[in-house]
Formats: sequence, C-alpha cells, structure tokens
Amino acid sequence: MSDSWISVCDESVLIPDTGICAKVGNEHVAIFKVAGSGELFAISNVCPFGKASVLSRGLIGETNGALYVASPLLKQRFRLNDGVCLDDDEVTIATYPVRVTEGQVEVAA
Amino acid sequence: MSKQKIVVVGNGMVGHKFIDTLVNDTKGDQYEITTFSEEPRLAYDRVQLSAYFSGSTAEDLAMTTPQYYDERGVRYLLNDKVTGIDKAAKTITTEKGDVESYDKLILATGSYPFVPPIPGNDQPHCLVYRTIEDLEAMTASAKQSRIGVVVGGGLLGLEAANALKNLGLEVHVVEFAPRLMAVQLDEAGGNLLRSKIEALGVQVHTGKATQNIVDGQDNRYRMEFADGTHLETDMILFSAGIRPQDELARQFDLDIGERGGIVINNECQTSDPDIYAIGECALWNNRIFGLVAPGYSMAKVAVSHLTGGDDTFEGADMSTKLKLLGVEVGSIGDAHGNTQGSLSYVYSNGAEQIYKRLIVSADNKKLLGAVMVGDTSDYGTLLPIMLTGMDLPSNPETLILPVSDGEAGGMGVDALPDEAQICSCLDVTKGDLIESIHAGNQTVADLKSCTGAGTGCGGCAAMVGQVLNAELEKMGVEVNNNICAHFDYSRQELFDIVRTKKYTSFQQLLSDHGQGHGCEICKPAVASMLATQWNEYVLKDEHLPLQDTNDVFLGNMQKDGTYSIVPRMAAGEVTPEGLIVIGEIARDYNLYTKLTGGQRIDLFGAQLHELPPIWKRLVDAGFETGHAYGKSLRTVKSCVGSTWCRYGMLDSVSMAILLEMRYKGMRTPHKVKMAVSGCTRECAEAQSKDVGVIATDKGWNLYLCGNGGMRPRHADLFATDLDDETLIKYIDRFYMFYCHTADRLQRTSVWMENLEGGLDYLKDVIINDKLGICDNLEEDMSRVIDTYECEWKKTIESPERLKRFAHFINSDAPDENLAYVEERGQRRPASEAEKRGFPGGEQAIPAIELVD
Ligand code: SRM
Ligand SMILES: Cc1cc2nc3c(=O)[nH]c(=O)nc-3n(C[C@H](O)[C@H](O)[C@H](O)COP(=O)(O)OP(=O)(O)OC[C@H]3O[C@@H](n4cnc5c(N)ncnc54)[C@H](O)[C@@H]3O)c2cc1C
Ligand code: SF4
Ligand code: FES
Repeated sequence: MSDSWISVCDESVLIPDTGICAKVGNEHVAIFKVAGSGELFAISNVCPFGKASVLSRGLIGETNGALYVASPLLKQRFRLNDGVCLDDDEVTIATYPVRVTEGQVEVAA
Repeated sequence: MSKQKIVVVGNGMVGHKFIDTLVNDTKGDQYEITTFSEEPRLAYDRVQLSAYFSGSTAEDLAMTTPQYYDERGVRYLLNDKVTGIDKAAKTITTEKGDVESYDKLILATGSYPFVPPIPGNDQPHCLVYRTIEDLEAMTASAKQSRIGVVVGGGLLGLEAANALKNLGLEVHVVEFAPRLMAVQLDEAGGNLLRSKIEALGVQVHTGKATQNIVDGQDNRYRMEFADGTHLETDMILFSAGIRPQDELARQFDLDIGERGGIVINNECQTSDPDIYAIGECALWNNRIFGLVAPGYSMAKVAVSHLTGGDDTFEGADMSTKLKLLGVEVGSIGDAHGNTQGSLSYVYSNGAEQIYKRLIVSADNKKLLGAVMVGDTSDYGTLLPIMLTGMDLPSNPETLILPVSDGEAGGMGVDALPDEAQICSCLDVTKGDLIESIHAGNQTVADLKSCTGAGTGCGGCAAMVGQVLNAELEKMGVEVNNNICAHFDYSRQELFDIVRTKKYTSFQQLLSDHGQGHGCEICKPAVASMLATQWNEYVLKDEHLPLQDTNDVFLGNMQKDGTYSIVPRMAAGEVTPEGLIVIGEIARDYNLYTKLTGGQRIDLFGAQLHELPPIWKRLVDAGFETGHAYGKSLRTVKSCVGSTWCRYGMLDSVSMAILLEMRYKGMRTPHKVKMAVSGCTRECAEAQSKDVGVIATDKGWNLYLCGNGGMRPRHADLFATDLDDETLIKYIDRFYMFYCHTADRLQRTSVWMENLEGGLDYLKDVIINDKLGICDNLEEDMSRVIDTYECEWKKTIESPERLKRFAHFINSDAPDENLAYVEERGQRRPASEAEKRGFPGGEQAIPAIELVD
C-alpha cells in the first residue's frame, strides 16, 4: 500500500479551513485542513451538480458536529469524512486517504 | 401469489402520480406496472412548462427518472402510442404492434389543444402549446418571425403570449369573447387585466372571430376576421381551449360525454369496471377538470379503490391564482355572481390599478366567490373561507380593503379552521401543517419536504410560512432572527459586539460568543462586518477561510469554474487607451467580452493561473478592481450630463466619479449600486438604485433604497436641492447606518421596508440626528475611505498570495475539463451535450475547442 501514497505539497501551504486542489494521477483531489484540530481531509474536487472542478474553493462549515464543504457554485454541501451530499442523499463523491509525512501532504488515490 | 398487472396509458402528470402513489403504497409490491407514453420522455411538469423559456431544461422539468422507475420495477415504453383495447381478452395493442395484457387498465391520456377549424390553420408556423416538442417548435419559429399572434385570451393563451414576448416577438392576443379570461373574471376584472397587459406592449383584440388564414402582404400570414378587419403576423399559436383525449374510449366503446370526456364514477372507474380514467381525459359529473390538482386527487382515488380503500372523488375546486405577464390575477368560486340573490362588494383603485370583488350569499354570511386583478394578496385568506363555508366577519368588505397603518386587516391565517386547505396543488390543510410542525418540522424547508406543501406551483409558500410562524409562536418557540446555528445573535447584534468589543477576527468572535465551527452563512457575514469596521486586506490568512470563492480570487466564479474580470470604470468613463489595453488583453487570453448592465466591461473565462498576469497588465495601465465579486459598491452609473447634453443641469459624470471613488471597496451587508442623472429625464435610472442622485436647477435630489433585480422597488425621494457637501454627508451617514443595522444579504430596499418608522424615521436619524450617532457614522465611513487599497494591486505585489492562483497545487497543468465552442466570433463554455459529442445532433456546432 505504502508506495501508492503520493506527495502533493508542503503542509505549510495549507491555510486552516481552506482547501487546495491536487492532481493525483488523473484525479482532481481537494484537500482541506481544518482550523483548530488541524485534521486533513481529501475528497473529489469535482462538484457533481455543477460538473466543474471547484470544490477546493468552497467554504468549510459545520452542522451538528459534521464538517462539510459547500460547493462554490450552487452551495450544495458535501461531508468531508465520507463525501455524502447533505442536500441530496442520493449523491456521494469520492474520498481519499490523506496524511502528513515529514511535513509533506500525501494522498493515496 | 402472482401479481396483478396494471397498465397505465399515458405517462403525463397524472399517470405518473398514479404510479408513484401505487409503488409507495404498503400494498405496492402486489402489482406489476407497465406504462406507455406517446411522448419521447417520462412525465414532466407541464404546469411549469413556460419556465423552459427562462432557461429550465427538459431535465429540470422532469418529474421522475428512468432509474426511479427501474428501481421500483415499473416498465415504461416511450414513443409508443396505445391504439387498441380488447376488453374481453383484457389486452391493449400499440402502434408499434406490442400487445400487453392487463388486470386493470388506467387511462391517463390527458387532453389535446383545440385548434378551431379555420381554413389555413395547418400551415408550418401555426402551432400549439402543450408539450416540450411544441416549445421547441415555437422557439424555432420565433427565430424566423417578428410578430406572433395567440388565438385565445384565456389562462393558457395569456401564458403563451408571455412566452412569445420572452422570445422577443411583437405579440397580439386575439379573443373571440368580448373580454379576457371570460371563464374566471367578471367584466370589470377582465377590462383591467386588458389595460394592464396592453400597457406591457401586448396588443389585445377581443370580439374577433378568425375566418381565414391566408398569405400576408408584409408578413407571413394574414388573419381575416368576421368583421372585415385583418391582422398580419409571422406565426400563430392556437390556445383556444383543450379537449379530453378520449379517442381510445370512443373507438372501444366506453361511455363518453356528449361533448367528449371518458365518463367515470366516484371511484374513477369507466363504464368497464376494470378500466379507470383519471386526469384531464376523465369526465366526472359532466365536468372536465383542466387543472392538475383534481387529476392528482383522481389518481389517489383510483389507487385507493384498487388496493381496497374507500376514498372517493367528490369534485374539485377550480379557483386559480396566477401571475400572467407579471399581472396578478385570482379567481375563486362563483366569480360571476351567478348564485341566486348573491351580493357583491367591490374595491377598485384606479391609481394603483387594483380591482377586487367579493361575491357573498344573500344573507351576507357566506363567501361564494371572488375576483382579484392587480393584487392577489387576499387570495390565501379568501379561498379557505369559501371552501370551508366559515362565517364571514360582520363587515365582509374589510377582507378586501387595504390595510391602513397600524390596523390589522381582514382575517389572518390564525382565524382559519384546521380543515382549511393551504396548498391546493398537493392538498395540504392547515391541520396537516400543524401536525407536521408539532412533529418537529420547524422550518419552511422541512415542512415542504415533509408535507409536499409548496412544491407544486409554489403559490402557497407565503401562507405556509405564516402558518409556521403563528404555530411556533403558540408553542412558545421564540421565532428568532439568529444569523445561523453558530451564533445566537442577529446580524445587527453581532455587529454591535464587533464594534464595541473591537473584534478583528472570526475565530476570536466565535470562541467568545458562538459555538461550533462556523458555516458558509456566518463566515462571509462576519467577514463583511469586519471589513466594514476595520477594512483590512480581505486575503489576509485569517480572513481567507471566511470568504466566498469570488472574494478569495477577486473575480466572479462562472459555471465552469473559471472567473470573470471587471475593471473599475468609474461612472462608465473610459479612455480610448484604456479600451485598447482591455481589448488586447481579451484578445491575448481569448476572453469572452461583453458590456455589463452596470456600464462597464466584463471579460469572462479566465483560469486561476491567468488572473494575476491579466490583472498585472490592467493595473499597469491604471485600472483598479471593480469589486464585481464583493458585497460592496458595484457601479455608479451616470448619464453624460451638462458637459455634453443640452438638457443637463449639473455635471453628472463628475459627481458619479466622485461618489464611485469615495465608496469603492466599502463592504456592505449586500451589494449596493448608485447612479447620477443630469436632469429629470433620468437617463441613468437613478431611481432604481440603492442611492440615486438627480440634478435640479437648485442642486441635487437624493433618492434612497431603490432596487432593480428580482423585486424592483422605486427609490424614495429623501431630500431635495442639496449642495455637494450635504449630499455626500447624507450618503455617508446613510450607508453606515445601513451597514450597522441591516440583516445579512439584505438590500437597502428590503431593509427600508422593514425599518420601523420607515422613511420618516430614516430622515430623523440622518438629517435631524435623532439618535445622536451621526458623528460616529461619519467617522466610521471616513475610516473606510481612508484605508482603501486596490485588492488586486496589493495581491499581485505579494508572491505569497499568488501561489493560490493555480488550478493544481502540484502541477502547472490547466483544468482539462474546460471546453469551449465558438459563437458569434467569441468562445463560450460548451454545454454538457456538446462535451459528450453532441448526441442531440440537430444543431451543427462549428467547432469545439478543448483546453490543452
Ligand atoms: C455581469 C452582469 C450582467 C451583465 O452581463 O450585464 C451581472 C452578473 C451577475 N449578477 Fe447582476 N449583473 C449585472 C448587473 C445587474 C443589474 C443592473 C445594474 O446594476 O444596473 C441588476 C439589477 C439592479 C439591482 O441590482 O438593483 C442585477 C441584479 C442582480 C441580482 C438581483 C439582486 C436583487 O436585489 O434582487 C443578483 C442576485 C444577488 O445579488 O443575490 C445578481 C447577481 C449577479 C451575479 C453575481 C450572479 C452570480 O453569482 O454569478 C452575476 C455574476 C457577475 C459576474 O460573473 O461578473 N444580479 N445585476 C452585470 C454586472 C454589472 C457590473 O458592471 O458590475
Ligand atoms: C402551458 C400549460 C400551463 C398549465 N398551467 C397549469 C397551472 O398553472 N395549474 C394547473 O393546475 N394546471 C395547469 N395546466 C394543466 C395541467 O398541465 C394538466 O392539468 C395536467 O398536465 C393533466 O395531467 P394528465 O396526466 O391528465 O395529462 P397530460 O399531462 O397531458 O398527460 C397525458 C399523457 O398521455 C399521453 N397519451 C395520450 N394518449 C395516449 C395514448 N393513446 N397512448 C400513449 N400515451 C398517450 C400524452 O402524450 C401525454 O403525455 C397547464 C397546462 C399547460 C399546457
Ligand atoms: S438625464 Fe438629462 S442630462 Fe442626462 S443625458 Fe438624459 S436628458 Fe441629458
Ligand atoms: S398551492 Fe401550488 S404548491 Fe401549494
């Protein structure tokens, strides 16, 4: 497994509670760092409603303890830990394992 | 046990409702359902058909999907018309030759548009309005036409007229009867509707019988009328009523009515007990119901009867409320006062063009009907009173008289009994709503998804909200105006906290006064307050997570994830050199270029990595950001004014530039717009702006709180004949007072409407300094003005910031999902169909360019 981790950037690049988009193989992966806990999440960057690669540019929010990103296009919310859309339970987007190793953010995809 | 075979002929609104109700029934799994549709697609929302012209697609209108049917085991055959019924063998046959057996057959074949038998009515640009294909034909015809005539001035005809108007045609309505909407309106109501519609540029011809359609002289066709007059046009749309689609019943011996329609009993069975008919094809008690709600009731009754229930159909109310060409029209019950001995109350307001009439019983106790034109706000109160047979108040006229200040008018939702129907589309009563509220659905959105109320035509949404608030209040739940779940404060309260305790960061404010992690509602709202108060650089690390993407990348995100670029062009003034620079940039980066409605230029389609170099060139040429992305000052529109115009009283361009330079960059609860006109001809449309200024021979007149947009509002005249200095002082105070007290995303128009004391109060605060805060307001404003800096200039100067302007953090590759098509010499985003390689096919697309 370990050789499928791909290093995408320096951790210091991530500003708490914002996202960036990384190219991992052919996938567009949105990576977020949560303010406070510093926890990292990686989900697909493509908004399935707007069909554009933009989710890393959405706002992070929380409802009843669950963290989500709101699509910058039409504001549908996607839960960060499992990709479930909170506004349409038939829609789920991909999530990816993410970690920091020696200051480098790594994603497995 | 083998399943019962159900065949549904017609997959329109009602056929689908039947299927949906049956599969969701507890006994749903005992049936095997097959449905046939003559149309190429599954059921769609015919009621909202006109929305197609304002951009809705066939997909948006769809009421179900193939997956939904597949998952529930419903078989569907599209493009397959049922042409035969064998009642003895219990089979049907289709045009394609399919044979299908049934245990129960459901006819839901709807109706078809009636085209009067006028010679020449079958020519290519003679159309009807019922299906998505009809709409496509209308759109195609409109492209080759200048004038369009709608034959029929009823409900649908007027809706069709609106559609043609939106397609850009000169529109005429030709009606046989002496007035419009003869079924629903009385004479006075019909006349007022006519004058309103004519004022909108639609020409109405009543009492005209068309006899012939021949070739025209100046236009494609000429319609010749019985009275010897004629009218030329390029297309004709027939909307002269509907006829039940009862062909199958006629051919295969089911009882039909004298004037058509498949006869049904209270259980919705036809003369063959194994065959049901529902929706617009069915005739009950000698009546056809041309609305969707009665069809839905029939669908439910048929399901109930099939599954052993005992629901019956008992007729339906045909009251309607709608907005035709922007004119509100309502009709309830006996609108013509046909009931023996009935009395009328009439309210007619010539100045505001409102007409209302109540028809009440001879003893003045019961409401029988009502007509409303120009204002249907009473519809929601009147309809339940009529339907439930409640007693009227002793002065029934109070129900339609306008409410004068401070006095409660008519009867509120509170007075309604629980049986009162609030949503007629989905048949939801006040009692249903209350039950659902008590079960925990305490927002309008929850109520909608739980009861379905408001998901049809949407006309009852305000009533649903009123029932909710009234009930919550009764339950002792405080109806709060908290900004969101993370702060138990309104925006105004939060702003007071920020100001008095001098907060400069969201995190600190949240940990001291809020809970949780924040969300997409409170973050931008707090960012806006911090910016109004302290005006720090919006892209500071601390503020970055609070901003919408538009503010983060200082451009407006477009549908494909690219951004637009709007340089400031104060007052719409631009030098030729400036224009050349913009033109060169647009050419070099292949940006779609368009003038905005705000008197400046918008460049569309820049990718993240292109934004900084583009802005570098703009800044070097002396341009600044136009804040098209911010909740902030947009533009100050100007007319050319006294410098050139022979009517100009003062120099409107210089004033507009002064104002735009003064307030640029100021963050506000919602965006604000201004305009300055050089004289009362008002070429800059100042009275439709948040702040409008018009020159007079004695100075400036100041108008406040106007709005275009979704709900236009004329600005109020606030002060007259001001000198430059006083004008600016008042505007400073006004903006800051708005910033301190408005709700999030509340335009000044709505803010004003909710301001207790209204315009007079605002004058007291700003002119007479009633609250003694004017000094503070001016101080706060001067801080904003003094700390202005162009965000783009600052951004391109800091390499740290520029790192974020890339699609990928780990690659220079652009977003390969972007695709463009050339149109009129520029590029635009390719549609999904175009990206998939145009399976739709008919339209030739010149070129598709994929970004490499
Ligand atoms: C570009 C422009 C259309 C155009 O091609 O002409 C435009 C485009 C947008 N308008 Fe507008 N509006 C534009 C002039 C207007 C005008 C006309 C005017 O300003 O004189 C109006 C009506 C006047 C008014 O606001 O009172 C207008 C009323 C709206 C509204 C409705 C506001 C309301 O209170 O009802 C919205 C929605 C909103 O803000 O919530 C909106 C929202 C938008 C947004 C921001 C929607 C969005 O989130 O994508 C569009 C993005 C702009 C972009 O990508 O650059 N736009 N919009 C115009 C930009 C003017 C400019 O130079 O900045
Ligand atoms: C422009 C427009 C605006 C409207 N606005 C409103 C409104 O505001 N409020 C309101 O209440 N109502 C409105 N209506 C009316 C509403 O759309 C109808 O009442 C409703 O669609 C009736 O549903 P239905 O299923 O009976 O008929 P339809 O929706 O017409 O469905 C019948 C289907 O059966 C198919 N079919 C017919 N014969 C056969 C056959 N032999 N084999 C296979 N398939 C067959 C037809 O092609 C059609 O698809 C409007 C209608 C139009 C056209
Ligand atoms: S508003 Fe008056 S001054 Fe300005 S352009 Fe129009 S007519 Fe001329
Ligand atoms: S009345 Fe049409 S949705 Fe409620």
